[in-house]
Amino acid sequence: MKAFAELYARLDATTSSNAKLQAMQEYFAEAPPADAAWAVYFLAGGRPRQLVPTRVLRELATRLSGLSDWLFEESYQAVGDLAETIALLLPESQHASEQGLAWWLEEQLLPLRGLPPAELAERLPPLWAQLDRPSLMVSLKLLTGAFRVGVSKLLVTRALAGLAQIDAKRVAQRLVGYTDLSHRPTAQSYLALIAAESEDEHAQRGGQPYPFFLAHPLQQPLEQFDAQLGPASDWLVEWKWDGIRAQLVKRDGRLWLWSRGEELITERFPELHELAEALPDGSVLDGELVAWKEPATGSGAVFGIQPFALLQQRIGRKTLSKKLLEEVPAALLAYDLLEWRGEDWRSRPQDERRARLELLVAEVGDARLQLSPQLTGRDWRDLARQREASRELGVEGMMLKRRDSLYGVGRTRDLGLWWKWKIDPFSVDAVLIYAQRGHGRRASLYSDYTFAVWDDSTPGERVLVPFAKAYSGLTDDEMRKVDAIIRKTTVEKFGPVRSVTPTLVFELGFEGIALSKRHKSGVAVRFPRMLRWRTDKRVEDADTLATLQGLL
Amino acid sequence: MDLVVARPEGLYCPPGDFYIDPWRPVERSIITHAHGDHARRGNGHYLAAAPGEGILRSRLGDDIRLQTLAYGERLEHHGVTLSFHPAGHVLGSAQVRLEYQGEVWVASGDYKVEPDGTCAPFEPVRCHTFISESTFGLPIYRWPSQAEIFAGIDAWWRANAAAGKASVLFAYAFGKAQRILHGIDASIGPILVHGAVEPLNEVYRAGGVHLPPTRYAGDIARNDPLLRQALILAPPSAGGSTWMRRFGDYSDAFASGWMLLRGTRRRRGVDRGFALSDHADWPGLLWAIEQTGAERVMVTHGQVNVLVRHLREQGLDARAFQTEYGDEDDVEPSP
Repeated sequence: MKAFAELYARLDATTSSNAKLQAMQEYFAEAPPADAAWAVYFLAGGRPRQLVPTRVLRELATRLSGLSDWLFEESYQAVGDLAETIALLLPESQHASEQGLAWWLEEQLLPLRGLPPAELAERLPPLWAQLDRPSLMVSLKLLTGAFRVGVSKLLVTRALAGLAQIDAKRVAQRLVGYTDLSHRPTAQSYLALIAAESEDEHAQRGGQPYPFFLAHPLQQPLEQFDAQLGPASDWLVEWKWDGIRAQLVKRDGRLWLWSRGEELITERFPELHELAEALPDGSVLDGELVAWKEPATGSGAVFGIQPFALLQQRIGRKTLSKKLLEEVPAALLAYDLLEWRGEDWRSRPQDERRARLELLVAEVGDARLQLSPQLTGRDWRDLARQREASRELGVEGMMLKRRDSLYGVGRTRDLGLWWKWKIDPFSVDAVLIYAQRGHGRRASLYSDYTFAVWDDSTPGERVLVPFAKAYSGLTDDEMRKVDAIIRKTTVEKFGPVRSVTPTLVFELGFEGIALSKRHKSGVAVRFPRMLRWRTDKRVEDADTLATLQGLL
Repeated sequence: MDLVVARPEGLYCPPGDFYIDPWRPVERSIITHAHGDHARRGNGHYLAAAPGEGILRSRLGDDIRLQTLAYGERLEHHGVTLSFHPAGHVLGSAQVRLEYQGEVWVASGDYKVEPDGTCAPFEPVRCHTFISESTFGLPIYRWPSQAEIFAGIDAWWRANAAAGKASVLFAYAFGKAQRILHGIDASIGPILVHGAVEPLNEVYRAGGVHLPPTRYAGDIARNDPLLRQALILAPPSAGGSTWMRRFGDYSDAFASGWMLLRGTRRRRGVDRGFALSDHADWPGLLWAIEQTGAERVMVTHGQVNVLVRHLREQGLDARAFQTEYGDEDDVEPSP
């Protein structure tokens, strides 16, 4: 645990990718494979479900540190991270366990899941007493399921590839699905990651998907498209769907569905299981899972795509009721073919993959597997015009894929290029009325805000109604200034929240808006964030609820 | 009777008719230490502890009307007996003891309870009412030992030197910088300082504090290989300035009590944070308060509400004093 805590500290201490790479390579070179297996799991973003409820951790830590509840809470608010707070408050341990990460996880931490609070209260203190402060903090982060460290999966891949002296793309391929919850890292699985390349590797992949190829945001003005992208005819253009990116893998008579987070979600979509019969073995499709209902005739709707919130229920609910399956049927809108008849097709050009995919989808002939339609336009201007219909169609804009693109790994640009050409968000000018302190690097700064617009519905009584919370979009410098203003204009404090005299106006952007009974304003917005601090606007000039309702 | 009250100009002693660390110009001021938020220009008269004279004059001007007292030496003014006692914060820092008609108050200014070798260590003074700062008044603040921190700084410097990289350590020019100089292993490599640091080094050396030899960073040519072995001490304001360009590839670090928290460390955006503070940590504050035997505690700048509430729970008569301290020294680093 000590070595891993030290690695965590080193990764946390630097912003340089090279320094992080070096720290990881030094760790992996020394670590026993069983420990390295878990380290890869956590560094690559694996997160086991919470092992101990945070409430139990809080109560126990408060008791062990001999503090009042309120003092613990104040401390937590200042630190902004529960694991770190507890590590700072517990009495310092005189011991430092020499046991490795794997032993700690498998023998000590994982078995804690599901234990009753009374037993946890007995088991945890002696565990904590064996750990020095850095190890304690890391262990607590593992317990709360909040372990995060600033390395990308790509960087982990590079570290392992450098160590094993094999191609990073090969490691990326092997790493797919490694962090899935059903997978428990072992010395063997780690050694397989860094093993020398072998001939039969492709054949032994089971249900493994490929690393997803990701698009880059396109933000240039339309006039620059020709210069930057060339003619529109060089590009395969599709809608950008508001669903769950997924790979459907059919091998050895079985079907697997993987989300973009490389989680196995096969069980969440039973209606797609029947596709297994229609698809030939050795097929891997890339596409978007959407909630889909054929539009009623005469409804005027072009697609049967349903709001994303409905699809989320399919992922979020513990059990899939029959009712939910009926109400929210899912379909896969396929847009790429990565493997065909057991052969890796990623190094074939986009057009060729698309042509084969179109044939395949036609052969299957099932409404649950559809093609993401190809859009055609005379030129970029024409496509831009079509894109204006995005909101009505329930899509997020367009995807542009170079017709000669190979299928890359993650955000690479060397093999091919995909752009996401998203529509501009909705925006309104809103007033900041409440502020809350942030977490992590924003700890103790007032960085999370509640915004309001004017309600003019009662004549002579203009009031601000809250409608959205947002915490992203400001620079560090702006946030510090806003923080200072919040402290100066505080009216009241409720725990970590302050109400302020309204003085600040922000342009707030969001992706969608819907009626909501749960919000005082009657509307709920999706992905709200601050686009701009409108220092030029007075509070009175902010937008009204009527403006918001007009966007519905 | 209250020997100290909060007024718009600063903390005021009614029977003595003088202010302690006033933030607006007044006729008579008593200064606990020379940090900018406690010692300001424009007062008619200054009274301070003798070891702080050099620094006060270097910061406020040679021409200020300054009278000094040795630690422990007494002075009577309008029936108030005044004396200074070491606060262990920076060179010349003092607590002010006031006695009037049998009532004793002590105003601590800023203080640190752990001795550091660069200034007279904190001495608890018995009193009825203690005025305490609360900069780090939360139980999360428990400083690692100084030996541990200096070992960390040395190891960081050594590793950078081995990798051929300059080590730029940001620290407040007065107090923190000299503590670092006093505590590090000067044999690792050359030590360079920013122009804001060296004049204060001179005052410390003149005051008998041992500091290793230092050179102006500005005197070294841009490509001199010496830079790659060097530790450079600079005030935080030098970060991101063109002055930094001369060091080429460097690693940077920040020395401040705030660096104990991961969030503030990350917000600073430096490679390393060393939790070295001139202020008392939570156990230090509670220990100091207890040592005074005071039944009444007036809490100033920092975590005022937290410390007041905690002390009340311990049965003390604790209250808040509104002040304008904490603006310069060891304030939370801006992003």
